[in-house]
Amino acid sequence: MSKATRDGFGEALVELSEKNKNIIVLTADLTESTKVADFAKIYPERFIECGVAEQNMAGIAAGLAAEGKIPFMTSYAVFSPGRNWDQIRVSICYSNLPVKIIGCHTGLSVGPDGATHQALEDIALMRVLPNMTVIVPCDATQAKQATVEISKISGPCYLRLTREATPVITQENSKFQIGHADILEYYGQDVAIVACGPLIYQALTVAKELNDEGIKTTVINNHTIKPLDKVTLLKAARDCGAVVTVEEHQVNGGMGSAIAELLSANYPVPMEFIGMQDSFGESGNPEQLLAKYGMSIGKIKEFVRKVISRKVVKHNGS
Amino acid sequence: MNNLDQIAEKIREDIISMLVAVGSGHSAGSLGMADVFTAIYFSKTLNLDPKDPWNPNRDRILLSNGHICPVWYATLARAGYFNHDELLTLRQIGSRLQGHPHYKSLPGIENTAGPLGQGLSQAIGHALAAKIDKADWRTISLMSDGELQEGQNWEAIMFAGKNNLYKLTAIIDRNNIQIDGFTENIMPLEPLADKFKAFGWSVIEVDGHNITEIVDALNKSKAIFENPTAIIAHTIPGKGVDFMEHDYKWHGSPPNWMEAVEALKELRSLGGKISYE
Repeated sequence: MSKATRDGFGEALVELSEKNKNIIVLTADLTESTKVADFAKIYPERFIECGVAEQNMAGIAAGLAAEGKIPFMTSYAVFSPGRNWDQIRVSICYSNLPVKIIGCHTGLSVGPDGATHQALEDIALMRVLPNMTVIVPCDATQAKQATVEISKISGPCYLRLTREATPVITQENSKFQIGHADILEYYGQDVAIVACGPLIYQALTVAKELNDEGIKTTVINNHTIKPLDKVTLLKAARDCGAVVTVEEHQVNGGMGSAIAELLSANYPVPMEFIGMQDSFGESGNPEQLLAKYGMSIGKIKEFVRKVISRKVVKHNGS
Repeated sequence: MNNLDQIAEKIREDIISMLVAVGSGHSAGSLGMADVFTAIYFSKTLNLDPKDPWNPNRDRILLSNGHICPVWYATLARAGYFNHDELLTLRQIGSRLQGHPHYKSLPGIENTAGPLGQGLSQAIGHALAAKIDKADWRTISLMSDGELQEGQNWEAIMFAGKNNLYKLTAIIDRNNIQIDGFTENIMPLEPLADKFKAFGWSVIEVDGHNITEIVDALNKSKAIFENPTAIIAHTIPGKGVDFMEHDYKWHGSPPNWMEAVEALKELRSLGGKISYE
């Protein structure tokens, strides 16, 4: 079964808002594609159309949050948080207000719209901000759970969503806890593959195929990029001694960088980073783009083998 | 000279004392807005209570051009929101009086501001919350003229006009200066009133040093139910200190000790009208 993470978000929002009257939804001329049209229809009095004005939207959300509301502000991530980062930093984060920033159409898989619309920097932009929580759900079901959970946090939060239908991996009753990475698959401890977002599916495929070849990996769904699950990630580094990170985002400043910061300070092990290698994307279909820019199953396998070759061999002191 | 004018002069003295003590900060706009802040916090036109600063029914006062916070801090202290002695900790490490205001760092500090152009959007958020909750309180956004060069303001002005947020009032400090010079030379704002009107606002222009006029405008804005109100307050930057008035060089500078002594002498003598020594 395939479904887009943005659809999971839109469904959860409607269910959640029936119980929680404080939820307000703002959008900047993207009601349909950010999947808030149902909410707008059912709760028109709590729906705020801002027009094409993301900076104003962020300020309005801050004011609403200061009055006890829980604003979800939605747009494409290239516009929000892309265009309104200053407003997010000053009006929302520094005041530690519970605004939920929903960034849709992230990653290369936005596809034909091309580089201007492919948000590949948003994780970096959001994880650098104090007080911010950063969540990247791996599928539509997890996006639903994440939508409910972020509504309960007292501070600002960034939820990263995607446009395309992608495989649903988790179940309605799967555990989802902010700040707790999930071990999705365990074949062994040769390498830990730590991924976030829909690329988790590719990571799982890699793990299965490599297992058949005798390479035993552990696959971790690191849906919370901030705050990082230090315990699970450090344990994985200790157990496996090598890590490959997988994300549809610039390697610079992304999830892999966050994990490298953690490991280098606490338990350095060889790492390889799957993601955008400091370039812009282009138009194309998602599959072609992921292949061309190094986020394919083949590339992940290559990086797993490469990181194994870099593992420190312990000699017996002959 | 009535009681409110005297309070405004005291606030100006506080501003000079604070700025000279720390050796940095923005003189011109802070002095220029002392009368407007006095009108807001001391005229009883608005629902504000220093003894109950976060009362849910209070009117919300937000400052968008955060750099003039010395006048906000001095006014709040004079009104009894916090201890007057704390004013001299401005901009010092560990102080609640940050160089630019930080949301809830002190009783009465309703928003965070510094990077220009953000306050009006925040104020709209407050006003929308009141509208959703069918509450009676009003929201006032204080802002500068120079910051209207930030595009975000025009997004906000468009939004408030469209949504007829009649319980929202923007007070614009029209002092005609900004860091690099006079606004009309740097990036002209006129015809300012017409611009607001074109975006669906009511506009009231006042002498920003005539407290009675400012209070009248605040009252008048309460009787407008069609759209938000912009009160354009024409002020003199550096008002009350002769060598600072009208000079854009004082936008971001504090007085030194000698200048502060001279400024305080002028303020305490009410511009030379009385002898205070």
